[in-house]
Amino acid sequence: MATILAVDDSASMRQMVAFTLKGAGHDVVEATDGVDALNKAKGKRFDLVISDVNMPNMDGITLIRELRSLPAFKFTPILMLTTESTADKKQEGKQAGATGWIVKPFNPDQLLATIRKVLG
Amino acid sequence: MEAMQIDSALTGEVGDGSEDQVLTFTLADEEYGVDILRVQEIKGWDSVTGIPNTPDYIRGVINLRGTIVPVIDMRLRFGLPPLEYGPLTVVIVLRVESGSRTRIMGIVVDAVSDVYNLPEDRIRPAPDFGGAVESEFITGLAGVEDKMVIVLDVDRLLNSRELAVMDSLGE
Amino acid sequence: MSIDLSQFLETFYEESFEGLETMEQELLNLESGNHDPETINSIFRAAHSIKGGSGTFGLDSVAEYTHVLETLLDEMRDGRRAVTPEIIAPLLESVDVLRDMLTALRAGEEPDPAPVAASRQKLEAVLGAAGGGDAASAATEATPGAPAAGWQIRFRPHPHLLQTGNDPVRMFRELAELGDLEVEVDTDALPALANLAPEDCYLGWTLTLRGDVAREAVDEVFDWVEGDCDLTITPLDSAPPETPSAPAETAAATPSPAAKADAPAASAPAKKPTRPAEASSIRVAIDKIDELINMMGELVITQSMLSQLGEAEQFGPEHIERLRDGLAQLERNTRELQENVMRIRMLPISFAFQRFPRLVHDLGAKLGKQVELQLSGEQTELDKTVMEKIGDPLVHLVRNSLDHGIETPEQRRAAGKPETGIIHLNAFHEGGNIVIEIRDDGAGLNRDRILAKAIENGLVGPDEHLSDEQIHDLIFAPGFSTAEVVSDVSGRGVGMDVVRKNIRALGGTVEVHSEPGQGSTFTIRLPLTLAILDGQSVRVGKEIYIVPLIAIIESLQVDPEAVKSVTGAAQVYCLRDEYIPIVHLAEVFGVQAEARRLEDGLLVVVEGEGSKIALFVDDLLGQQQVVIKSLETNFRKVDGISGATILGDGTVALILDITGLIGLSRTRATGSDATRAA
Repeated sequence: MATILAVDDSASMRQMVAFTLKGAGHDVVEATDGVDALNKAKGKRFDLVISDVNMPNMDGITLIRELRSLPAFKFTPILMLTTESTADKKQEGKQAGATGWIVKPFNPDQLLATIRKVLG
Repeated sequence: MEAMQIDSALTGEVGDGSEDQVLTFTLADEEYGVDILRVQEIKGWDSVTGIPNTPDYIRGVINLRGTIVPVIDMRLRFGLPPLEYGPLTVVIVLRVESGSRTRIMGIVVDAVSDVYNLPEDRIRPAPDFGGAVESEFITGLAGVEDKMVIVLDVDRLLNSRELAVMDSLGE
Repeated sequence: MSIDLSQFLETFYEESFEGLETMEQELLNLESGNHDPETINSIFRAAHSIKGGSGTFGLDSVAEYTHVLETLLDEMRDGRRAVTPEIIAPLLESVDVLRDMLTALRAGEEPDPAPVAASRQKLEAVLGAAGGGDAASAATEATPGAPAAGWQIRFRPHPHLLQTGNDPVRMFRELAELGDLEVEVDTDALPALANLAPEDCYLGWTLTLRGDVAREAVDEVFDWVEGDCDLTITPLDSAPPETPSAPAETAAATPSPAAKADAPAASAPAKKPTRPAEASSIRVAIDKIDELINMMGELVITQSMLSQLGEAEQFGPEHIERLRDGLAQLERNTRELQENVMRIRMLPISFAFQRFPRLVHDLGAKLGKQVELQLSGEQTELDKTVMEKIGDPLVHLVRNSLDHGIETPEQRRAAGKPETGIIHLNAFHEGGNIVIEIRDDGAGLNRDRILAKAIENGLVGPDEHLSDEQIHDLIFAPGFSTAEVVSDVSGRGVGMDVVRKNIRALGGTVEVHSEPGQGSTFTIRLPLTLAILDGQSVRVGKEIYIVPLIAIIESLQVDPEAVKSVTGAAQVYCLRDEYIPIVHLAEVFGVQAEARRLEDGLLVVVEGEGSKIALFVDDLLGQQQVVIKSLETNFRKVDGISGATILGDGTVALILDITGLIGLSRTRATGSDATRAA
């Protein structure tokens, strides 16, 4: 099905996201922070990027901005994983080019429901 | 020395009745049997490394593909006269249920004899030997053709105190 | 799909404990005046991850507690709140509280609510307004939806909408799942072809959604494009007028979609983690794995080369040459593979050092001492198991240095030293060992007091002459403690003897070097791993035993003059003013030795538990690294034997337990005959 880049510095969250997505038949590439994700994204195409916001080295907002500047990611749905459901974080993410967000905590079913929104 | 995989020798017969099969071996003129499902493999006798300050029937330990496995001489264990080890001498490697875990142990016997189908109802309880024989290791006796097979309880036999003292102290 | 979230719990606990270590360390950094934004950021990130994970994995009590913590940290991060000691103290406390909560949950127990509530209160007090409006309740205040006949939605995306990754078609599909959808396209904004930017969106839509659809459900579809479009949503005209009380009622009675979706998460905590608490795992850096894979590759090449050789029709001299090369290569591959597999279990000692800044900070404050902790060699690696077991002895030694080594500021000033004392933790590799030093610039050991105490305790005879080193070593003697007042800081009952015992149990040694007025240095030497041992093979008759190299002091030819008999029953060997009991390994183990007379064999002087014995053996064979195998797996513990190993030829050799042997030889000493004496 879809090829998805999952970015989170927390191993447990990353495993959960990857496990859930793989269970739904998707291919998942995991990255541990923005820098790692950007390296893995370059020269490739993904159907979806799911990224945490707070990460060391390069945070999610910067990552989204960087990804959007890559031609291959111009229209790619990018979702941010955030606990900050406050408007300013979402706004910051949107300005950087995020498609939408998933608010933590979430469970696998919610995750799948949300990505169905963007994968169609 | 080549290990003969008992599994391959017997898989053809392992069906519904496998739980009733016993592998028999000889010690002096007696024939003993053990539950075939407990038999992991049969090896030729090879040298062992002695363990200090243990009873003489504990011959020592061998290297079984990287694990250290103790080997027990059944003749000495049962107080039978010792026999010079020869080409027929074999080690039967058994799986022993020991509390919550399984241990692997080898027993030295004169020779492997046969495999019999022995349903439980054909095994008669051993008579009381009045302490002359350590009957707690014996599940029972069974007649096969004109012979008598002494069926052993592997777990009781190999969990006696000399072999597994103070498991709680072990890691 | 139902996914068992408990499978991620262990990872969550592990990373949370790591996160807490980071938090603690960075908080201490903050306290020492380092207000670097990245410091606060990484503290925030750690708390944030714990909150996110605990919420997701159903550890609600942790999530709730961390929320307060996160709020406070967020304010600090944004500069809305100054970093003061008054803030750091409760934050440090919260690290402990979280650690206890997670430890309890990991063990399948409920955390003690009292300290959690107390700490939470403190954090809330700092925050000012206790309680505070939380996001969840704010969200439910959003316009409650009422059942309606449907909605008319006028949707005019801004040109850049597609570049946010949002796709109107997908949104319409989502709407269509809610009810009957009619879509009407509005092409008014479409420019002339020449002016058309292909990546922009010029279309607008008017959508009619019929059905009993809540307003929130519709809002949710457009949630992500708010600000990227003009949107008006109006109830369909034909909608029946709502009864005034309806909105409030529906909001209370029917859970909003968000709340409904939360339900599965909320039910998760009922499921107890099924994993055993002790199931431990290890995080391995990718480069280590990559190296292993490389090595496997080389091994495969060697293997194929050798198998080609095996298939050769005729085996000529050139084949032998290649066979030799191949075997040499195989040996190298195997050794490298072994080393690298062992490296997987290796972690930098910083994991063990991490707790000390906090410990020194807290303890120094308690004792009224000023101490600076210096760390070096934190990247020195050692086996995870060794690391876990060396923690407590290290804590004990550091406490000891703080308690007994470093003086009070007044005392230091009087001695002409800076008021702030220094404790230095250092680690480095030396041979196959790791060396850990705990150095302080305190008062040093009091030689006279130690000696007086040792004489008083009968450890030393009143007339014995001991070197300074020997006297210093007495602090490790069982039951020896010079602390005049037993403080609650270092050791109540637990003494240095236990430290030495624990280190010895790991196959290591500990010694102390001290200069009066200058300070003391404790040096710990440990094998890098417990799975492999540097051994000396010795032969007794036909048997081969492995003696741990670390226990060997020296091996020597017997000088008959130096052998003395004691009460005719035991022998000692006089070595540089020391009388060392001779232990005949053959006798202790009941095997047949070759050498009848001491001159025909060799003595291996070994040390364990502070005692020395001279093992009498027939011969010394090679030294080699051996892989330790347990005898207990299939057999049982045997006195004097710590395990077994498999030699190059596939046979089994037993590894001697020196401490056990010393005990064994003592119990036998009385009964042994001395007729073997030369």
